Amino acid sequence: MSDTADRVKKIVVEHLGVEAEKVTEDASFIDDLGADSLDIVELVMAFEEEFGVEIPDDAAEKIATVSDAIKYIDENKG
Amino acid sequence: MALDAPGRGGLRQAQPFSKGLGLFAYYPENAMRRVVVTGLGLVTPLGADVETVWANLIAGKSGAGPITRFDASNQKCQIACEVKPADHPYGFDAGKRVDHKIQRQVDPFIVYGIDAAGQALEDAGLVDMDDDLKMRTGCSIGSGIGGLPGIESESIVLHEKGPGRVSPHFVHGRLINLISGQVSIKYGLMGPNHAVVTACSTGAHSIGDAARMIKDGDADVMLAGGAEGTINPLGVAGFAQARALNCSFNDRPEQASRPYDKDRDGFVMGEGAGVVVLEEYEHAKARGAKIYAEVVGYGLSGDAYHVTAPHPEGKGAELAMRMALRKAGLAPGDIDYVNAHGTSTMADTIELAAVKRVLGDDLSGASMSSTKSAIGHLLGGAGAVETIFCILAIRDQIVPPTLNLENPDEGTEGVDLVPLVAKKRTVRAALNNSFGFGGTNASVIVKAI
Repeated sequence: MSDTADRVKKIVVEHLGVEAEKVTEDASFIDDLGADSLDIVELVMAFEEEFGVEIPDDAAEKIATVSDAIKYIDENKG
Repeated sequence: MALDAPGRGGLRQAQPFSKGLGLFAYYPENAMRRVVVTGLGLVTPLGADVETVWANLIAGKSGAGPITRFDASNQKCQIACEVKPADHPYGFDAGKRVDHKIQRQVDPFIVYGIDAAGQALEDAGLVDMDDDLKMRTGCSIGSGIGGLPGIESESIVLHEKGPGRVSPHFVHGRLINLISGQVSIKYGLMGPNHAVVTACSTGAHSIGDAARMIKDGDADVMLAGGAEGTINPLGVAGFAQARALNCSFNDRPEQASRPYDKDRDGFVMGEGAGVVVLEEYEHAKARGAKIYAEVVGYGLSGDAYHVTAPHPEGKGAELAMRMALRKAGLAPGDIDYVNAHGTSTMADTIELAAVKRVLGDDLSGASMSSTKSAIGHLLGGAGAVETIFCILAIRDQIVPPTLNLENPDEGTEGVDLVPLVAKKRTVRAALNNSFGFGGTNASVIVKAI
């Protein structure tokens, strides 16, 4: 597991209050982890802070699963 | 619409359209509906459940201490009555009834309110309601100030990191009506969803207004009460600057709240929540509910005088008490216990003078205490928490003490202010007073059924 994946999962667990084992890479934030649209806004903000990346709204809208987030961050972080 | 349906009085409520929709109209018969209390919930500096709080209160314990929530070393006031952490003997475990995610998103007053409402529903045996009853069950849980800690911290985020870092949960995590909102979502309650905002009268107004909603037929069950959580730098500084807080007992926090005492010097801030389940009497009886007391009287008024100071003659307070007595159909001599607003400020003696005028000679047979001496001033939660104390005084036939009342001020002679220790006595009916900034007054009378 990559360093990015570890850090993303930690943020998800902390923000959504879900068990770590549920945060698999193909887990959907909304369907599997009980998030709503505002929770995703908050998660995206936390990713931006943690990784120093900027995730514009149109990109954020496409982040639906844990792996979507990891992939975007790995491709765009400085 | 079956307005002419046969039955008592012909104009029965709960008959229109569909029983399941819970549609009510105001019919004259609603004037006969009585409102009783069938559940209680408390989160206070003396405990996070009703029996613990009450036992500590009767034992004469104080919930005051140095502020631990933040570094208060640069504040004029460095003490408060904080709700204790989960690992304390009578601490509060937020995780018991509030989801982890919600705890992160909302301010403490909402967390306290959700928990107290849950306790009250559990106590009333109403956690599992059918859909019909859910539509006839509402919430009226308010707050005086609301989400001040979050407003403070997100303002700093805005200033330091810019608008793009402000939490998407900022607004609905601070709004005062979000206790009622969260509770209704958690338990599926589709009746009236309301929230009073009348500063330190909030809790009493919430109960009085919710009782009226039941009387009017808007609901059969209401969760009613108030909550506050403003022990944060801005809240403490604001009240200290308004010269309302005690700032001269920082080295003796447990002695700081001393209503009616000559050395009183401002209130001590508390936090927490009080919520009751109010229920239409016949409904409660039919399901065999435990009935604590009846809400028989409610009075409200305005001082029309000053934003923070009470009317020097206590005219507004007097009007509220007289209205509550009239509505209750009680005589002054029927009131055995008064839970005073008694904040440990100069206003205490103004309230006492008003009580003397209302109860007259009958005051000599009553007891009057201020439980703010033990738990501090819960602001928007105060009236609800203190009405619960009135209810428990009726249940257990004992009145809680006014702590630290060592040198009673002039004008208190001949009045039983229950100094220092609780007192066993007959309590048939009890009156709670709550007065707030802006000159808003509320009195609630509860009576044994």
